[in-house]
This record gives sequence, C-alpha cells and structure tokens, in this order.
Amino acid sequence: MTPPNGRLTVLNGEEEAGTGHSRRAFLQMALGGAAVAALGACGAEDLLRRHLHELSPEDVQALLARLEKKYSARYGKKVTVAATPALPGVEFAYGLDLSRCIGCRRCVYACVRENNPSRRNPQIQWIRVLEMDKEHGVDLQHANPYYEADLVPRPGHFYMPVQCQQCRNPPCVKVCPVKATWKEPDGIVVIDSEWCIGCRCCMAACPYGARKFNWAEPDLPAAEMNPVTHYLGNRPRPRGVVEKCTFCIQRSRVGRYPACVEICPVGARKFGNLLDPQSEIRRVMETKRVFVFKEDLATEPHFYYFYAT
Amino acid sequence: MRSRAPTSLLALVAALLAAPASGAGPVAKGEPAPAAPASARAEKAGGAPAEELVQAEKPPFTEGIFPCTQCHQGPGDAKRRELAFHDDVQSAFDHDSEHRWCLDCHMNANRDVLHLANGDAVPFTESYRLCGQCHGDKYRDWRVGVHGKRVGMWNGQKTYYLCVNCHNPHSPRFKPLKPEPRPMRPEEMKR
Repeated sequence: MTPPNGRLTVLNGEEEAGTGHSRRAFLQMALGGAAVAALGACGAEDLLRRHLHELSPEDVQALLARLEKKYSARYGKKVTVAATPALPGVEFAYGLDLSRCIGCRRCVYACVRENNPSRRNPQIQWIRVLEMDKEHGVDLQHANPYYEADLVPRPGHFYMPVQCQQCRNPPCVKVCPVKATWKEPDGIVVIDSEWCIGCRCCMAACPYGARKFNWAEPDLPAAEMNPVTHYLGNRPRPRGVVEKCTFCIQRSRVGRYPACVEICPVGARKFGNLLDPQSEIRRVMETKRVFVFKEDLATEPHFYYFYAT
Repeated sequence: MRSRAPTSLLALVAALLAAPASGAGPVAKGEPAPAAPASARAEKAGGAPAEELVQAEKPPFTEGIFPCTQCHQGPGDAKRRELAFHDDVQSAFDHDSEHRWCLDCHMNANRDVLHLANGDAVPFTESYRLCGQCHGDKYRDWRVGVHGKRVGMWNGQKTYYLCVNCHNPHSPRFKPLKPEPRPMRPEEMKR
C-alpha cells in the first residue's frame, strides 16, 4: 500500500467518514457561526477540523504551521513540528538486553529530555524500569519500579525497562472510540493528541502500562523544552490527553537512533529495521534468546527482550 | 579529548594508522572494523544511504604517559614482578591477574604498541583485535553491533565504540553506577 504523497496514513486504509463528520457537524451546529468567530481563528480551525487522515496535504501543512506558531510563542523559541511520514520498506523493532541492563535509569531521563513530557505535577515518564528478583525471574508480582540505591545493579536483582511495546495487534488502538490512536506503516503506534478526548480507554486496554495521562496542564519549563518535534510524537501535549513512547518518531523517521538507545551506558538497547537482514536488530533476532513481554496476550510487540549472554 | 593529546601522540597515531590503512586496509590485516561489505549495504530497504561506520576516538591516555618509549627504550626485563612505577595500574589490575601481567598485552620491544598472542603488533587504536583473541563471542557480537553501543543513524553513518571506551582494559568488569531518581508515586504528586 503506497501512502498518498505527503499524507499521514493509516495501516489498513479503511477509513470511516462517520466519526470525523459527526463531530464536526455537531460542533458547527452547537456553536453557530458567531460563536465560532468569537473563538478566534486558530481555536476554531482546530476545533472544527477533520481527522488527520481526512486532511489534504495543504491542510496538514497549515495545521503544522499553526502549531509551530503557537508553540514558538509559548516557549519563546523556534519550535518545529514535522509530520515526516513512515519510510517505505521500514518496520521498526527494538531490542533490550536483559543480561546487560543495570537499572541506572539513564534512559528514563534521556527520554524525558527528548520528548517533552510534563516534569513534576503530573510527572510523566514513558519508560519505567522494574527491579526484579533473580530468584523469581520475570514476574510482575516481584517487580518494583520505585527502587532506590546508592549503586546499581543491586545483588540478587535484575532490571527490566518497560515502555510502549508498539504492538502489531494493539489493544489500545482497538478500543479508542474516536480513532485518535493508530498503527503507522512502520509499526509505530501513534496518538493524535489534538484528536484524543481523554477517555483513557486505551490506558485500561494496554497490558504494559505504557500510556500516561496528563491529569493537569503539563508542567514543561521553556528552558527544558525540546523544540524539534513531530506532530505524532514529542510536540507539547495539552491537559487531558494520553501520551506514550513513539520510538522517538521525530528521530527514528529521519534515520536517528531513539534517545534511550544512545544514552544507555551498557549498550543494552538495540534499534533498527526489521526488514533489513543486516540490521543490528535482525542479528539479535537470529542469534540470541529473544522473548516478548506477555506473549500470551497475542499483542505481538515490536519490542523484544533478549539475553546476549 | 583531542585537544589534550600532545602533538607527538597524534603524529604517532597517524603513523601507526597509516601502515594498515594504506595497503589492503585493516580488513585484510585482521578482520577488524565491524563492517559489512559496502556493496551489500548500498541499496537498502527505505532507499537509505549506504551505511558508514565511524570508529569512536579511543579514551585518552593518562596525562604525560604516552609515548611509552620516552622511558622504555628497547626491551626490558620480561619476567613478571612487582613494579615500582605504574603502581596505579598494578593496584587496580583485575583482568585474570592471577595468570597475566603487562607484557601479555603490551609489546616488550616497542611499548608504544600492543601485541597479539602470535607476537604481531597492534596499535592502541585497534586494541579490539587483542581483546577479540580471548573474548571471541563478544567480538563477533560487537562486529555486528549486538555487543557494545553505536550512536548516530540506524540507517546511515554511525559511530561504534571500542571495547576500551566502556571497559577499563586493566579492570574490565563494568562498575556499578548511581541510579537516577526513582519516579514519583502517584500519591506524591500534587492534585
């Protein structure tokens, strides 16, 4: 399936016009022309727009320009909002070496610096590192994300970072009532935070706890704001929407490794194109002991845990 | 790092590199750099650019210690013994220390290079060839990017780290780290 040029695409192509239309019609009817005008140009356009997949390339560009202007003004620096589409012939996959991870949480904070989540109230982190007992193996009954230590790894423990597993069969996408989240052709599950209504059904559906909710207006200091953003990834989110890991879509779609891969001090994180037989991730798949988390749920993640030793 | 290296060091490194790099290249010499044939990678899925691997700069020597030939001219006593100098390395040495010592890796005749088990010289910038003699499984994984770390582009130019960028060759076990702060518990966040 070739994506129409410049447009963001859904994987299965079948689009129902219903949701987009009815919301738009409803809003138009309820608000009326005068009220719409009173909302101001920017607000009205965003409220009355169609679903991202129904926008023409020009409309998408106009939308990105509006957002760039809005964010640049808010954070006092030049913010870019890209909508780089999936690269053809690419299916991303991620490998995490449980025999190497030492639980230092460097990945958590590299992710925070890259992806513009709310810092403290609420605190949102897309990666959660679980400390587990070697005695029990991968067993969530014995997992502790709140461990504190002078030095890690602590004897008798191993560490398992968990983030969005980018499922091929994502339960979160299935339950979204407004199609605000979907799977892209390169395997990344994305959220359109303009379209999310904050019902949190996807959070209930996700078996990995990967989705986080902005319970309050995100607290993102301008100085810490990363101005290189992607529409479907790290652009600033409003209050009342869900967010999650996107394999650093703003980086990976232009060929860069995700931030967590580059920060890892023990080289436990691997990333690449599953369709390239020479890629690091394929070498992992072919030569190491690999498993997926909660395999029995048939979510079929693009995120693989492995043991290199 | 680069600025700290004395000019003499740079010249020497350049001279050392020139030898294998000029001829058939390091690939012929000792199957080093973790590269796949360029032709195989030229056109990949996604129309990605051909892959380029860039070697990270090796960690700097202790200030003022290199070139080793400033002090060690010609071969010295090859017998294992307690050293009066280099006691910092000696006290920290933990790399099969029961069986090995300096001259198992450092070349006696020319201290500015390392040597393989067969006596062949290896410059410090290619120390992975030396490591790979014993740690063949890690070496194989490293050459294809499974062991160790690469940064840059997953579909293009990337920098690969050398063994010694992460492991102290004299005490290679990875040292424990102070972890970053734990996440806040939900009840700790202000409502």
